[in-house]
Amino acid sequence: MEQVLDILSWVCLITGSVFCMIGGLGLLRLPDFYSRMHGAGITDTLGAGLVLVGLMFQGGGPLVTVKLVMILIIALIASPTSTHALAKAAYKSGLKPSLPNEDDH
Amino acid sequence: MFAVTMVAILVTMVLAGARAFSGPTVYDRILAANMIGTKTGLLIAVLGFLTERPEFLDLVLIYVLLNFIGMIAVLKLIERGDLGASDDSVTQSEAQI
Repeated sequence: MEQVLDILSWVCLITGSVFCMIGGLGLLRLPDFYSRMHGAGITDTLGAGLVLVGLMFQGGGPLVTVKLVMILIIALIASPTSTHALAKAAYKSGLKPSLPNEDDH
Repeated sequence: MFAVTMVAILVTMVLAGARAFSGPTVYDRILAANMIGTKTGLLIAVLGFLTERPEFLDLVLIYVLLNFIGMIAVLKLIERGDLGASDDSVTQSEAQI
C-alpha cells in the first residue's frame, strides 16, 4: 500500500512538473497576449493541481491534507478570477487579439 | 523526487521571468509576474515536504491569497490610474501598452 501511494505521488508530481514546464514554454513562445494566457492557465490548473495532489499522496496526516485541499481550492478560485480580470483589462485598453484572417471581417 | 519537481518549477519561473522582462505590453508582464507568484507558492509547498516540515503550507496559503489580491490591485491601478477610485468614476487613465 505504501509503495502504491508513493508511485501514485511520483506520477502526479512528475506529470505536474511537465505541465508546468509546458505552460512556461507556452508563455514564452506563443505569439499573442491572449494565447499566452492559455499557457499560463495550464500551469495554474493542471500543473499546480497535479503537484498538490501528488503532495497529498505523501500522507503527511489529516491536517496537512486539509491544508493542501484549501490551497488547491483557493488556487482554483483565484486563478480564473485574476485571469478574467486581466483579459478584461487588456481588452478594454484596446489590445486586440491577432486573428489569422484579418481581411475577412 | 521533490528535488526534480523543484527544479521543474524553477525552470518554469525562469521562463516566466524571461517573458516578464521581454513582454511587449504591460499585461504580458503582469501575467508573467502572477505566474511567478503562484509558482513560488508551489515551490514553498514542495520545499516543505523536501525538508519534512509541512508547516510551510501555512505560508503557502498566505502567499497564494496575497498574490491574488496584489494582482487585482495592480490591475486596478493600471486600468484606472488610482487605487482609491470608486466604480462610478470614469477617469480612464491612458494605460501605456
